[in-house]
Order: sequence, then C-alpha cells, then structure tokens
Amino acid sequence: MAIKSVTKVRKRISFAILSFVSFLWIIPLIWGLATSLKTDNDIAMNPTSLIPKTFTLESYRDLFTKIDTPVMRWMFNSFIIAVSHTLLYLIVASLAAYAFSVLKWKNKERLFWLVLSTTMIPAVINLVPLITMMIDFNWFGSWLSLIIPGLGGVFGMFLLRQFFLGIPSELIDSGKIDGLGAFGIFTRIVLPLAKSAFLVTGLFAFLGSWNDYLWPLIVMSSENVTMQTLPVGLSKIASTYNYDYGLSMAAAILSIIPVVIVYAFTQDKIIEGVSRTGIK
Amino acid sequence: MNDSSLTVPAKRPSQFVQKLKKGLTPLVFLIPYLTIFSIFFIIPFIYGIVISFFDWNLFYPEQTTFVGFNNYYRIWFDTSSIFYTYFWSGLKNTLIFVICSVPLLISVPLFLAILIDLEPRGFRVFRTILFMPTVLSISAVILVWKWQFYNNGGFINSLLTKLGMAEIPFLIQQPWAWISILIVTIWWTMGTNMVIFGAGLKNVDKSLYEAAAIDGANYFQTLRFITIPSLAPQMFIVGITTMLASFNVYGQPDLLTNGGPNFTTTVLMMRIRGLAFGANARAGIATAMAVSMGIIMIVLSVIQARYLRKRGE
Repeated sequence: MAIKSVTKVRKRISFAILSFVSFLWIIPLIWGLATSLKTDNDIAMNPTSLIPKTFTLESYRDLFTKIDTPVMRWMFNSFIIAVSHTLLYLIVASLAAYAFSVLKWKNKERLFWLVLSTTMIPAVINLVPLITMMIDFNWFGSWLSLIIPGLGGVFGMFLLRQFFLGIPSELIDSGKIDGLGAFGIFTRIVLPLAKSAFLVTGLFAFLGSWNDYLWPLIVMSSENVTMQTLPVGLSKIASTYNYDYGLSMAAAILSIIPVVIVYAFTQDKIIEGVSRTGIK
Repeated sequence: MNDSSLTVPAKRPSQFVQKLKKGLTPLVFLIPYLTIFSIFFIIPFIYGIVISFFDWNLFYPEQTTFVGFNNYYRIWFDTSSIFYTYFWSGLKNTLIFVICSVPLLISVPLFLAILIDLEPRGFRVFRTILFMPTVLSISAVILVWKWQFYNNGGFINSLLTKLGMAEIPFLIQQPWAWISILIVTIWWTMGTNMVIFGAGLKNVDKSLYEAAAIDGANYFQTLRFITIPSLAPQMFIVGITTMLASFNVYGQPDLLTNGGPNFTTTVLMMRIRGLAFGANARAGIATAMAVSMGIIMIVLSVIQARYLRKRGE
C-alpha cells in the first residue's frame, strides 16, 4: 500500500511539472497564432494577450497581396522539392539497403561499414566543394541542387537496412522456391513487409528537405523570389518586415500548419523512428 | 557461394552465366546509390581537402594558385591576417555555444524523459507537445521567437513591463544574446534527445528497481545509481550527436542575433559561409577553416566516445 501511494504522489508531481513545461512550450505558438489574428491596434495595445479582441484576417490578406512575400508559392516550391527528393531517395536507398541486407555477396559487410563510417566526416568540409560542383554542373540556382545531392544520405539507407535485416529468412527462401529472382523478392516480399520502415524513412527525408536552410540559402540566393524555398523565404520576412508583428506571425503560422498536421497524424511513427536510432 | 538454395546443378551449360548474373545482381542494386554517394559525399570530401591548399577563385579558375599550407598558416598563426581573427573568434564563439548547450541539451531532455517515464495522466500528450518543435524549420522557429524577445512590444518584455519589471535586452546585449540562442535551441531540438532517452528508460531492467527498493534506496538514489547508468548506450549516441550538432550551429545566431552584438555570436559556420560564397569569397581559406573545424570535431568526438564508453562500463 505504501509503495502504491508513493507512486501516485510521484505521478502527481510529474504531471504538475510536465503541465507547466508543456504550457511554456506551446505559449510562443499560441501567442504567434493570436498575434496573427489581431488588428494592428490590438497588437500595439495588448501585446501580451493570448486572445484577440476582434478576430481579423488582415495580416493574412497583407501577406497574400504583397509581391515580395509569396508564402503559398514558397510552400508549393518546398513541397515539390521535398516530395521529389523523398520519392527518389526511397527508391535509391531501398535498392542499396536491400543489397546490403538480404542479398549475399562477398565484402558486403566491409563495404557497408565503409559507407557508414563516412558519416563521421563533418559535412562542413563538403560545403565549398559542393558549391563549386553545382556551378560546374550548371545546377547552381536550380532545384536539382536541392533534390539530388542528398540522395546519397546514409541515415535513411541505414534505417531501411536495419529493417530489412529483421525480415525472416524463411520468407526470402520461400520466394526463391517460387522461382522469384532478386528483384522479384524485393518487390513482392520485401516491399510489402517494409511499409512502416518506408514511412519512417520517408518522413525523415521529407522533413529534412522541407526544413533545410543553409544549403538552399546559398544555392538559391541569387534567384527570383518566386523560386525560393519556404525556410529561405521566411528568413527574408524576418529581416525585411522586422517590426510588422502581424504579418510575420501570419507567415510563421501558415508555414507551421501543414507540418503540424502531418506531425499530428504520423507522430507515433516519427517518435518510433527517432527512438530506434538510440537503440543499437 | 554459401547459399545452397540457389546453387545450380553442376555441368549445366549456363553455369558461367548464372554465376556472373549472381555476382552482378548486388551491383545493379547498389549502383544508383553508390554513384550518387560517391559524387556528392566522397568526391567533395577529397576535393575540399585539395581546395584548402589553393588560393581558389570560384569565378576565374585560371587565377587559382597552389599555396601549400599557407591557408592553414594564415588562419592558425598569422596574427596580422584578418582570417586569423575570423577563425579564432568564430571558433571561440562556437566553443562557447557547444560548452553551454550540450549539458543543457542532455540534462533537460533527460529530466523530462524521466518524468514522462513515470507515465502520469496524459503523458502521451505531453510528449507530443514537447517533441513537436523538432519538426519545424529553423526559419519558422526564429520568426516566432524573435518576436518573443523584442524590446518594443515583444511578448516577454511586454509581460515584464506589465509586472513592473525592467525590460531585458535579449538580442542586443551579452550574455542575453547567448541566453536567447540557448533558449531557442533547447525549445527547438530537445525533443529528439528526450525521445531517445525515453526509449532507453523503457528498456531498463525492472528487477534492478525491485532490488534497489529492497535495499532501501530512495527514488533519487535509484535514479542516480540504476536509471542513469542503464542509459549508457543512449548517453553515448546523444552525447556525440548533440556535440556535433552544436558545432554545426548556424541558423539560430544567423537569424536571431545576426552574429551580434559586436560579432560575439558570430560562430565559425557563419565565417565559413561568408567566405565560401559571395562577393568576398575566399574558397581556399573557407575550406581550410572547414577542414580545421572538421578535425577538431573528430578529435573531440573520439575523446568524448572514450570517456562515455569508460563511464558506461
């Protein structure tokens, strides 16, 4: 009995602290949402209120009518880039992950660990050479420079391989008995079993591309405003409309909404994927 | 050839073809990935080391000249060079950020993960909220936070004024500029480590807790002597990835403080980016800085790995 009540007290304390911290965590977003829906006068008079006096979409209308803040266009650009990158990555990385897991060949382990060990090389060393290469390829300022180079990323390939390794070998063998070749086994047996691994890997690839800042900032810097990605565009708003709180918050909230919706539906998978990276 | 089920019956005329096909199959699957991986990961790495030995001109390749270790000499030792100042002040600022952020990015998520592991009412909701910022882009994060920190009408300062307290010069004075950057960094990135610790806590051997309870250990002793030592594998991963991520810090100081006040938050990545491309590009110097930073990162992570492994044993 004593132990039970102690656990109960602990749970209560934990609940209280977590409520407080979670409240602190979402307050900036709630404040941002409220500010984006306030009138300019309300923003100036009641900067700390979390509920607008009168709800207005003025800031959103401003955002859509200004030519230098095409947020929807940026979102569209980022979406196309992130989706193309994710689909291509899933194809390229899963083929390699299959060869590194199910297929049997000489030096497989050695080559895999060689690839994996390169993740120790800090990416900063590759920055300048990649810029030079993009100029040579004539990809500078093109979306190709945002879609293609990341396809060699190791992390997702590693996640997929770990999952493929867990597929029972009896299933693979039964495919062989049915006369399936290496590619048949991949498409008919491995792919249907690996849906959740693809979802997790795809989510990470998508978020990585959607949120990338430094690289698109460099390669797209000289391009037209309508070609920018969302993070680069938003950073321009942060510097240009320095004290237009309503406009800035409208832009921030608009850009956050789609990600939060995706997160709400897939958070179990994302959290599972992240927690798996810690267990080895 | 250890795969018996695929072995072809002997003396078939197509044996050679079969063997060749089997040898080529993995290659076919690997070629797309390995080609892209080599072009965009291996070649740039080698190319980067090469560039660091040249006075590299991005736009007029014919003006590029070999300078040996001169770029390294200038950034490491040549006190009269502006690049020496850039490198050392940038490195110093990066190290300040690493030293301040890493302990916080380990202790705060560990604390929260332990609380969530007690599974109080609604713990899944708390985890969802606390992890959520990690999926946002740095620009969206800064856009929201910058207006929290502002002096005229920013949320926190308006709140302080309302309570009759003095405003805090968050983004414009030290140490507040660093504190602002740290707050945003913790808010934005802490969730990943929290989830990794959470997974580790789920795997702690529960019989150890019972044994500790029988020995009369209180909750904090149990945490100190059982829970945290059991998290050694997670500590290892989190410690190293967090340190490397903190070294690469760029977006927060770039967008929040613009490197100020007086360049005190201009981290090394900002210097490298400034020299890598643009009107004042000095690609050779930038890569020499990048390679130096890379070497420091590798050395520190090896030291950290040794330390964490020893503590884990």
